[in-house]
This record gives sequence, C-alpha cells and structure tokens, in this order.
Amino acid sequence: MTKVCTTALVILMAGPAQSDDRRSGFEFMGPTTQSMQTDDMANPGMLAVLAGERLWNEPAGLSEQSCQTCHGDPEGEMRGVAARYPAFDEVAGTAVDISGRVNLCRTRHQRADPLPHENADLLALVTLIGLQSRGLPIQPDPDPRLTEWRARGEAYYETRVGQLNLSCAQCHDENAGGHLGGAPIPEAHPTGYPIYRLEWQAMGSLQRRLRGCFTGVRSEPWPYGSDGYIALEAYLMQRAAGMTMETPAVRP
Amino acid sequence: MADVLVNIPESAAPGEIIEIKLLISHPMETGFRPLADGTLQPRDIITSVRCLYGGETVLEVDLHPAISANPFLAFHLRVDRSDEIVLEWTDWYGEVQREVRQIEVV
Repeated sequence: MTKVCTTALVILMAGPAQSDDRRSGFEFMGPTTQSMQTDDMANPGMLAVLAGERLWNEPAGLSEQSCQTCHGDPEGEMRGVAARYPAFDEVAGTAVDISGRVNLCRTRHQRADPLPHENADLLALVTLIGLQSRGLPIQPDPDPRLTEWRARGEAYYETRVGQLNLSCAQCHDENAGGHLGGAPIPEAHPTGYPIYRLEWQAMGSLQRRLRGCFTGVRSEPWPYGSDGYIALEAYLMQRAAGMTMETPAVRP
Repeated sequence: MADVLVNIPESAAPGEIIEIKLLISHPMETGFRPLADGTLQPRDIITSVRCLYGGETVLEVDLHPAISANPFLAFHLRVDRSDEIVLEWTDWYGEVQREVRQIEVV
C-alpha cells in the first residue's frame, strides 16, 4: 500500500503543476483552420518566418551588425528561448518579453532605434525566434525575480474590469469550452504567439490579443508595452507550463 | 518583392497529378476601408494569377477585393514531361512578379 502511494506521489510530483486536461486553442478550432496551421505551406505565419530570416541576417543600426553576427543561426541559440520567456533583464531591472528583448538588443548592441509595437519586422523576428521552440514544452524561467511579476499577472487575471465587469478567469477558467456568441471560449494558453489571426489578417502579439479581450469587456486597454501585459504574459506562460509550443499558430 | 511560398514537387512520374501550392504575402487591401480622415485606403490587391507549364497557360485566376490578405492557392496539374512551371501574378498597379520552378518527369 505504502509503495503504491509513494509511486502515485512520485508521478504527481513529476508531472506539470496543473493536471493535464488543459487544452490549447488549437483544439477549439475547426479542422480546416487546424490544417492551415499544421501545413507549413498553407500557414501564413510562415511568411513572417521568411521575412524574419531575411531580417536576421540584415545589419541594422550604427553597429552595422545583424542578429546573425552575435547569435549565429537562429536554429542554434534561439532553440527553446520562446518557451522560456518572459525573462528578467538585469540592466533594465524589469521583466521583458521577446519583442522587448529584440528591442533591447537593437538599442544596446546594434545601436538602432527600437521597433514600434506590432511592427511587421518586429513580429517577423519574434516569429522566427518562436519557431525555434515549436514542439518544445513551455518551460518558464525559474528566476525568482519573476515570481512577483507572475503574482501580479495572476491578480490581473482574476480582477474584474470594464463596463461588463468581467475578469479573464470568469471566461477562460469558469466558462472555457463554452461559447460567446458563436465563438468557442478557449482556455487562454499562449502556446502559439505570435499568431496569425484570420480576423486580423496579419500576425499579432499576445499583447494585441490581450487588448482585444480588454475592449471586449468594455475596458480601456493599457498602452502597448505596459508592465501589466508583461505580468499577464508571465503568469499565462506559467499557467501553460509543460504545454507544447505551436508558433506560428493560426487562430480564427 | 513580396515574400512567397511556392510548393511544387521537384520530380514526378509521367501522367502523375501533382499539387501546386502558392502562398503570397500581400495585404489585399479592398479599397473600401475608410481611414481616420474619412478618405478611403487605396485599393491594393492581386488582380490575377497565372500558371504556365512549358509556356502553356494551365491556370488563370482573377482575384477580387473580397479575397483575404495573403492569398493561398492550391490546384492540381497532370504532368507528362520535364519542363518549366511558371507562377506569375499581377497586382493592382500592374506590377508582375513571377516564380519559376523546374519539374523533372521521369
């Protein structure tokens, strides 16, 4: 009996933090949209990857250096990076997501201007970096300085906002799998960002998606790049730990 | 030059039906969307796509403003000889872009 219990305990401890009936947004989509994502020839996100590969090798800024100069091929050093972010940046003293990191690289090392949020070039680079983690499990950075960010993110996730007075959790935890109008409510796991969203007809970041939910509950979205988004991103990635990365995902 | 993904098999058996896939990076701006100042965002769409197999037109498609951004076309072609397959498309401003692939039929 004791042995059985010990085995069960070991299995519990070895598994991911949450029980695994978590479902990616992928599973809420119709078969046509799913095949669009899984076929690299049909996935419009791969166009962003193409653009990203070009930009990766293109020198930028006063340094005349490209991403390639320091990092080599994206297949090497960038593997698993997107599955780990957001991370804490020592110098800036703040948590950053991958687009933030790309912009820090641009300003610090390439001595170039940072790219604006949702800029196509920035999304292309982030998509290229994200692709290197496709198929890997999400493994949030264990850095203890991120704990506070995740706690803040969780608090935001559970706070009612907007004229509709809804929190993220009320839809994406309590009513996940249900419908909002005709659209299924997914579980809000950020497994495939940046995504190609058919509604946008373009690539978009998790921040853009979060803004969509803010306006959906009639709340004023925070400006792009706010700490709140990074905190939410950090919490959502923790919540999705162990799930498989899908970048570049296609979503309706 | 727009980014483009072309998928044509490099080789095929005589008489084989192959699938050709084409994904073009393009905004396909309809020309109906108003900007903040009330004027319309100018139309910018791909108007036609053509596929030539050894100089012979095997597919010709007209595209219209209702087609979404980054159009994806897939179609089948029976191949019986090694030849050049050309995909070319024309945009609203008359610019033509072409992708050329060689197929070996053995």
